[in-house]
Amino acid sequence: MAVDVRLTGLTKRYGDFTAVDAIDLEVRQGEFFTMLGPSGSGKTTTLKMIAGFERPDAGTVELGGEDVSGLAPYARSVNTVFQDYALFPHMSVEENIEYGLTITKVPKAERVKRRAEALEMVRLEGHGNRKPSELSGGQRQRVALARAIVNRPRVLLLDEPLGALDLKLREQMQVELKQIQGEVGITFIYVTHDQDEALTMSDRIAVFNEGRIEQASSPRDLYEHPANEFVAGFVGISNAIERDGRKLTIRPEKIRIVRDGIPADGLITETGKVTEIAYVGMVTRVKVDLDKGGSVQAAVQNTESEAEPGGRVGEEVVVGWRPEHAVSIQGETSKSVQPEERET
Amino acid sequence: MGRRLADFFQGRPRLTVTALLAAPLGWLVIGYLGSLAVMLVASFWHLGELSGEVQQGFSLENYQTLVEEPVYRTIAGRTILVAALVTLTDAVLAFPIAFYMAKVAKPRLRSLLVVAVLLPLWSSYLVKVGAWRLMLSENGAINWALEPFGLSGPGYGTTAVWLVMSYMWLPYMIIPIYAGLERIPDSILTASEDLGARPFRTFRRVVLPLALPAVIAGSIFTFSLTMGDYITPANVSSTQFIGNVVYANFGDNLPLAAAFTTVPIVVMVVYLLVARRFGAFEHV
Repeated sequence: MAVDVRLTGLTKRYGDFTAVDAIDLEVRQGEFFTMLGPSGSGKTTTLKMIAGFERPDAGTVELGGEDVSGLAPYARSVNTVFQDYALFPHMSVEENIEYGLTITKVPKAERVKRRAEALEMVRLEGHGNRKPSELSGGQRQRVALARAIVNRPRVLLLDEPLGALDLKLREQMQVELKQIQGEVGITFIYVTHDQDEALTMSDRIAVFNEGRIEQASSPRDLYEHPANEFVAGFVGISNAIERDGRKLTIRPEKIRIVRDGIPADGLITETGKVTEIAYVGMVTRVKVDLDKGGSVQAAVQNTESEAEPGGRVGEEVVVGWRPEHAVSIQGETSKSVQPEERET
Repeated sequence: MGRRLADFFQGRPRLTVTALLAAPLGWLVIGYLGSLAVMLVASFWHLGELSGEVQQGFSLENYQTLVEEPVYRTIAGRTILVAALVTLTDAVLAFPIAFYMAKVAKPRLRSLLVVAVLLPLWSSYLVKVGAWRLMLSENGAINWALEPFGLSGPGYGTTAVWLVMSYMWLPYMIIPIYAGLERIPDSILTASEDLGARPFRTFRRVVLPLALPAVIAGSIFTFSLTMGDYITPANVSSTQFIGNVVYANFGDNLPLAAAFTTVPIVVMVVYLLVARRFGAFEHV
């Protein structure tokens, strides 16, 4: 597949602080690509350099094979959906959507047609004459999306576009965004610090940390085979333990509490003591201090009718996992960071 | 006592608000609107033909004088023209300064600029007029600076009034525009650029429409201040403006002075209605 965006040695410094540290990245045509990372990890700065809002100190940005590093934002075939929507308050929804088309002098008839299509795509037919101030947050978000997509850019950049929405609406918009991307076939580069969002929507994810990319791969690969402790900890809950001089990580849902009568065939088992239990609806989280050192968190499905599927605090238990689920990771490259809390 | 008062107002929000607003509201109604009303009423009084004393009672004599005497029409026209020129000059000068302050300057420089803009307002108005009078005089600084280029300053006159007034009221234009521009989020300007607009287009289609109410607010100051002033014209010109006529008639023909004062008020009301008609206040 053709490469739409190619970043080579891209670097941005603010004084002594290196926001983006010589990253290389290729985004393929039509891909839903997510840049995931904690705040200050360089993902938004990278996005701004692709859009042209920031000039790189070193390295290049290529769009469709053409080096655009020196071009102003208005000369690049990318459009951005901003976190705060950035709609023009003095223009109606229609005028907002048409803005880019009037500037590129698209003929009136074509403009009206594309505007109507865009409104339909974001399901805002009949709202064209409203002012942004008369819309809800979710509706403004849709207008911002329509305003960008209507220009048919080569690449659409989305800067935490769902950050200001509440959880239900955000989940609904995630599905819609993915659907719209499939319809228009435009390459999406999506910035978020929300790992669930990234896993749900993306074809590929690049995990950013301290201005560098720790790993770029498919959601499944990222989750099942994290390259290092940072990725393991940032995407999902990581259980990092050291055995025989190797660092291993095991996902909580892959750890079983072995009871009498439940076969432990093919499992690696260890003994330990339950230190914490939290019931969270679908699962019960059980923290077990292992006798061989370290502790793991197990997510026990609440499928059985027993009152305490995870046991009791202080109880001695046997935990087990399949050998292939204990993934070897490099531990020393990055410090372990917990994923950020959701902001709303 | 204080305790009892507090208990009394507890749970009586309307009464509390009334008590709090009584004094300022009283001042506004009696002192401010009241004096305006008295002035309006006085403009319909007239001078007795023989006695030269003020006769109370309704008469349109003053307004008739203002309309029929060509000298008053000329003065009113001149005042409005200079007020419009001063407003235009200040708007053109203030916009880039305000834009630089609101969108370009770093916070530290921004604070310094705000102080610099407000600083002239801290010194006496008369001192500033006096300074300009000196600068514009035959042997003043302006002629001295222009002489090497074979030029000379405007001297005293209507041009000098326009120049000095533009200087005087510039801060009153800068501050509202600065506040208005500061309210425009940077992301909107970035979005315009992102959608393909070059800076000038962004200015014309996004910045200007959003800043227009602030420009109108500033122009209310510059326009009405120019129309009401008599000290600047008296010092840097020998030309008559509305303010000078009002001042001159203060002692011997108060009703005529009152009638002439209604002219700026009417002009301002018409100006604001026109501005509203063209949608200047839709995005406040």
